Amino acid sequence: MSIRAWYSSGTPFVWLTAGAVSISVIMVVGLLLMILARGLGHFWPAELHLIEYRNADGETQTLLGEIRESEQVPAVRVREAGYPLPDDAPELVTRHLFKVGNRDLYGFDFRSVVGLGITGESLPAGATAIERRTWGNFYGFPVRLEQGGEVIAEGDAVWEKLPPLVERAHALHEEIRDLEQRQIGAINYEQERVRLAERRLELEGIDDPAARQEIAESRAALQARFEALQARLAELREQEARDTLVMRSADGREVPVALANLVRIYRPNTMGVMEKLGFYGSRLWEFVSDEPREANTEGGIFPAIFGTVMMVLIMSVLVTPMGVVAAVYLREYARQGPVTRLIRIAVNNLAGVPSIVYGVFGLGFFVYFLGGNIDRLFFPEALPAPTFGTPGILWASLTLAILTLPVVIVSTEEGLARIPRSIREGSLALGATKAETLWRTVLPMASPAMMTGLILAVARAAGEVAPLMLVGVVKLAPSLPLDGNFPFLHLERKFMHLGFHIYDVGFQSPNVEAARPLVYATSFILVLVIVVLNLTAIAIRNHLREKYRALEG
Amino acid sequence: MNDEPNPEPQETPSFDFSSLGSGTSYRKVEEEPVSIEVHDLNLFYGEKQALFDISMNIARHRVTAFIGPSGCGKSTLLRCFNRMNDLVEGVRIEGSIRIEGNDIHDRQVNVADLRRRVGMVFQKPNPFPKSIYENVAYGLRLQGVKSRAVLDEVVERSLRGAALWDEVKNRLDDNALGLSGGQQQRLVIARAIAVEPEVLLLDEPASALDPISTLKIEELIYELKDRFTIVIVTHNMQQAARVSDFTAFMYMGELVEYDDTNKLFTNPSRKQTEDYITGRYG
Repeated sequence: MSIRAWYSSGTPFVWLTAGAVSISVIMVVGLLLMILARGLGHFWPAELHLIEYRNADGETQTLLGEIRESEQVPAVRVREAGYPLPDDAPELVTRHLFKVGNRDLYGFDFRSVVGLGITGESLPAGATAIERRTWGNFYGFPVRLEQGGEVIAEGDAVWEKLPPLVERAHALHEEIRDLEQRQIGAINYEQERVRLAERRLELEGIDDPAARQEIAESRAALQARFEALQARLAELREQEARDTLVMRSADGREVPVALANLVRIYRPNTMGVMEKLGFYGSRLWEFVSDEPREANTEGGIFPAIFGTVMMVLIMSVLVTPMGVVAAVYLREYARQGPVTRLIRIAVNNLAGVPSIVYGVFGLGFFVYFLGGNIDRLFFPEALPAPTFGTPGILWASLTLAILTLPVVIVSTEEGLARIPRSIREGSLALGATKAETLWRTVLPMASPAMMTGLILAVARAAGEVAPLMLVGVVKLAPSLPLDGNFPFLHLERKFMHLGFHIYDVGFQSPNVEAARPLVYATSFILVLVIVVLNLTAIAIRNHLREKYRALEG
Repeated sequence: MNDEPNPEPQETPSFDFSSLGSGTSYRKVEEEPVSIEVHDLNLFYGEKQALFDISMNIARHRVTAFIGPSGCGKSTLLRCFNRMNDLVEGVRIEGSIRIEGNDIHDRQVNVADLRRRVGMVFQKPNPFPKSIYENVAYGLRLQGVKSRAVLDEVVERSLRGAALWDEVKNRLDDNALGLSGGQQQRLVIARAIAVEPEVLLLDEPASALDPISTLKIEELIYELKDRFTIVIVTHNMQQAARVSDFTAFMYMGELVEYDDTNKLFTNPSRKQTEDYITGRYG
C-alpha cells in the first residue's frame, strides 16, 4: 500500500527522469573533458628526462626524452615481452611510454621503458628539444653553431647567437613558401589554362594563327616569369642552408640540424610557467592555423578546418532552398491526400537511410553521371583528365545536402503548420494572393523553423565522414578550395575534412603513438567547429524569433 | 470552419430596448440603395447544409448587423461576401451574391481583387508581426505602391480614420504586436480601410476586447459608415442595437427576420426573434 502510495505520488518518476538527465549530462561532460585532457595536454612543453636504462639485453643506455604515458602492467606480461625482471619484482610494475625522438638516429620515436630498469634519472638544464620540419623532434644538447662551415659559437654561447639566426631562417622559409605555393602555384594554374585554351582550339578545329601566336606569347611570358621565380627560389634556398646547429644526442653522437629545418628550439627544463604558457599558446595557434607536416602527424590542421566549414556552408546554401521549396509545396499547395502522406512518409524515412548509401549514390550519380556529363559538355579540352567528373567539394556538399534534406523539410513543414490561420486570412482579406501571402507573411514567420532545420542539418553534416570518403575528401589536399586564382572558388577541388582527418591520423598513420594526441585534439576542434556553426545558426534563429514572435493567446 | 470558436456567454439584456426610437417611423431596406444583393443562397459543408435560401439586400453606407445564437451561420454568411469560404475544403455554394451589381462568383472575378474591395476584420486582432507602419501599408504594397510619400499619407489617413493615429504616431516603426488588444483591432481596421474597400465586413470585432476598447470600436464603426457599407456579426445584442441601422436575425442557417434595428428590437414580427432578444433562449 505504501509502495503504491509512493508510486502514485510521482516521486519515482521524478527520480527516473532526473536520473536520465544526469546520465546524459555526465556522458556529454565526460566526453568533452576526456578529449580536452588528452588532446590539449599534447601542446604543453614536457620536461626532458635523462635516464640511465638497463635494456632487455642487460646493457645500459642513456636516453633523453619525454615521458608520454605511464601505466601499471602485470610483471608477467613484461617478462613475456622479453624483458627480464628480478624474481622479487612486484606483481605490477610501472611501464613508461618514452618519447626519445631522433627518428633519423634510432628509426623510431617511442620506446617503452620499464620503471624497474631505470638506474639513474635527472632533468638536465641544458636538455634541448628541437621541432624539425622533417624527421620529427630532436632531443639532445647543443654543441656548436656553424655558419657556412665556420664555427661561430660553442657550448652555451650558442644560445646568444641563435635567436636572430632562427628568425632569419623562418623569414626565408616564409618567403620560399610564398614563392612556391602562391606565385609558382599561380603560374602553374595559368599555364594549365593556356594549355586548355590551346587544346580547345585544337578540338574545335580552329586554325587561327593570331590565337596561336597569342598562346605562344603568353606561354613564353609565363615561362620567363617561372624561370625568374625559380632562380630566386634557388638563391633563397642557398641562403637558408647557410646556418647549421650541431647537436649531441644522449648517446653521444653529433648530428647537424640545418636551421632551415628547424621550427622551434627550446629548453623545457629551464622554462617557467609563464614561458611554458606562451609556448603552449603558440603551439596551439600553429595547430589550428598551419598546414600539416609529416603525413599529418605534425603541424596544424587548418586545411581540414577550412574544408569542413566550407563544405558545411556550401551544403547549407544548397539544402535550405531545396528543403524550403519542397516543404512549401507539401504543406501549402499539395492536396492533403494519400499521395501526399506517402511522400511525407518517404521523406521522413530518407532521414534514416545510412549515410554511406548516400555516399554511394553521390559517387554514382553526381560524380560519374552528372560530373562526367559536365566534363563532356563544358570541359572537353581537359579530358581525359576529369574536372567535375571526379570527387570534389561540390559533390560532397550536394551529397550531404541530400542527406540532410529530410530534416529541413520536416522542420519547415512544422513551422508552416504553426502559422496561425488568422494571419493568413488577414493577408488574404487584404487582397493578397496565396503566393503573396506566402512570400510576405508566412515564409518570414516560418523562418525560425527553417533555421531550426538548418541547425539540425549542420549538426549532422559537419560530423559525417563515411559518405565524404567517396565523394571528395582526401588525406592531404594540395590546395584549398578557395584561393587567389580566378575564379577563386574552386568547387571541383578535393578538400580535407576534420572527421576524415581524425580517421586518417588515428588509423592510417605510420606513427600511431605520435598521432594519438592529435586525434583527440582534432576531435576537440571538430566539436568546437560544430558548436560554433550551431551557435551562429541559433543566434540567427533567436533574432528571427524575436522579430516574428508569433501571436499569443 | 468552426463558426464561433469563442462563444461568449450570453449576457442578460440590460439595455432598455424601448428607448430605441419607439413611435418613430422605421426605415425600409427596400428603399435604400443596394450594396450587396444576396439571392437564394445555399451553402453546404460537404453533405451538411449550413445556409438555407438566404435572400437579402444590404444597404449602401449603412451598418447592418447579423445576430443569432452560435452556429446559426451568421459568420459563414459574412465570409461568403469576400469568398473567404473558398479556403475551406468541401464548401459548395448555390445561389448568387452581387456586390455593387457584379456577381462575385463570376468566372472573370479575380478573388484577390474582390477581397481588396470587400475588406474584413476578424474576431481576434491579427496584425502581422511587422511594424505598425508596414501593417497599414501592407495592402498598398501588394498593389505595387512604392512611393514613400503616398504610403506615408495613406498610413496617416488610415490610422486617423481608425482613431489610432494619436496613440501611435511616435512609434510607427515599433512592432505591431506590442500594442494592446484594442489598439491592435483598430490597427487591423486601419489596415483594412487603407486599401479603400467598398464594403467592410466585421466578424465580431469587439468580442475579444475589454469594455473601453469595445466602446472605441463602436464609435469608430459609427464614423466609418459614411464612407463604407459595413456588415457586422455580433453576439452582443446591445452592440447590434447601438451601432447598426439594420439587423438580421439568423437561426439554424435561416434568415428569420431582417428589418430596421429599432423595429427588430422593439417590435419584432416573429416569435423566434422575440424569444431570442428577450433572452428566453440563445
